[in-house]
Amino acid sequence: MKGLLIRSLTLVLLFAFLMAAAFQLNPFGSPAHTVMDDYYIRNGQAETASNNIVSSVVFDYRGMDTLLEASVLFTAASGVVMVLGRRGKDEKKD
Amino acid sequence: MKRKTDKSMDDGMSIIVKVAAYVLAVPITILGLYIILHGHLTPGGGFPGGAVIATLTVLFLVAAGKEKAKALKRDMISFAGGVGLVLFAFFGFIGTGTTFFFNALANSGSLFGMRIPFGVNPGYMWTAGVIPPMNMAVGLEVAASLSVIALVMFVYTMEDER
Amino acid sequence: MMDLPFIAVMILIMLGISAAVLKRNMIKIVMGVSISASGINLLLVALGYREGGVAPIFTNAPAAQMVLPTPQALTLTSIVIDLAVTAMMLSFVILMYKHYGSTDSRKRRLSG
Repeated sequence: MKGLLIRSLTLVLLFAFLMAAAFQLNPFGSPAHTVMDDYYIRNGQAETASNNIVSSVVFDYRGMDTLLEASVLFTAASGVVMVLGRRGKDEKKD
Repeated sequence: MKRKTDKSMDDGMSIIVKVAAYVLAVPITILGLYIILHGHLTPGGGFPGGAVIATLTVLFLVAAGKEKAKALKRDMISFAGGVGLVLFAFFGFIGTGTTFFFNALANSGSLFGMRIPFGVNPGYMWTAGVIPPMNMAVGLEVAASLSVIALVMFVYTMEDER
Repeated sequence: MMDLPFIAVMILIMLGISAAVLKRNMIKIVMGVSISASGINLLLVALGYREGGVAPIFTNAPAAQMVLPTPQALTLTSIVIDLAVTAMMLSFVILMYKHYGSTDSRKRRLSG
């Protein structure tokens, strides 16, 4: 019972911190710094010749993040195969 | 630890579900390929398109059952995912003259290099440089990885006790 | 009260964290982590909104200001990484269920 009380108090404290952070952000609809994104919208179509600015940001201006994220997904798939991919009775004969 | 094995999934679901799955396979594939190929013109791209194609594997596993699920080979699908990832890294090396991941095919007049006017326009297909090949490589890799995850989890939880 | 999206995001994150801390079933703990990850993605997209904006795509776009494209690119990466984490956690839950026979996280400590 005492552990439950301490955990609930910690969660209420965390909720108070999150609410204080939510009220200190910029108002919804006017972001703080837009210099880089205005450059992407103005020059993205001329430099990368693609209509989709989000696609050119993901694959051209920030392509390194996408490469590492694709390798994270492949690592997760190979990790699941390593944990769950045993092949049956052949394993016991080693 | 011995447990009674569940025999209700040996043949899959009923005949209505099987026919619906085999009929729906073609529109799902076409939708996934459309989202991947038009990634530089409409919202979407490689990642949602690959996820749509991976739902084909889950549909097949649910409808066909335990016995027929052994027809899918885990090694070949995983190999296709690896090929997709290496291809994506290879397309980054095309523009190494300036930087890694430089879009050397855009505005150049070769395979994907049409110029487009600034502003609102209906989309033109052969533009955007090296971005459409990257979309296809990422779509192949995401579809293969999600299929392998679903296949391995299904086979492990549905097989008999040893 | 115009900051309603941010308040909703904080409530969502709080629900996810409290489910991951207070629940006993292992599947419910994984669900709590997944809910809080979705809340973080929603926060990233809500931070880049401009008043009366449209999607940053030039194909047949209506005439209005465009929202910021960079938070949407970061959200794509975040969704895929959350998927990878959830897949690994679920595979460990499956392994533990086959080994111990129950999904109770307090019934058998993982030390023997």
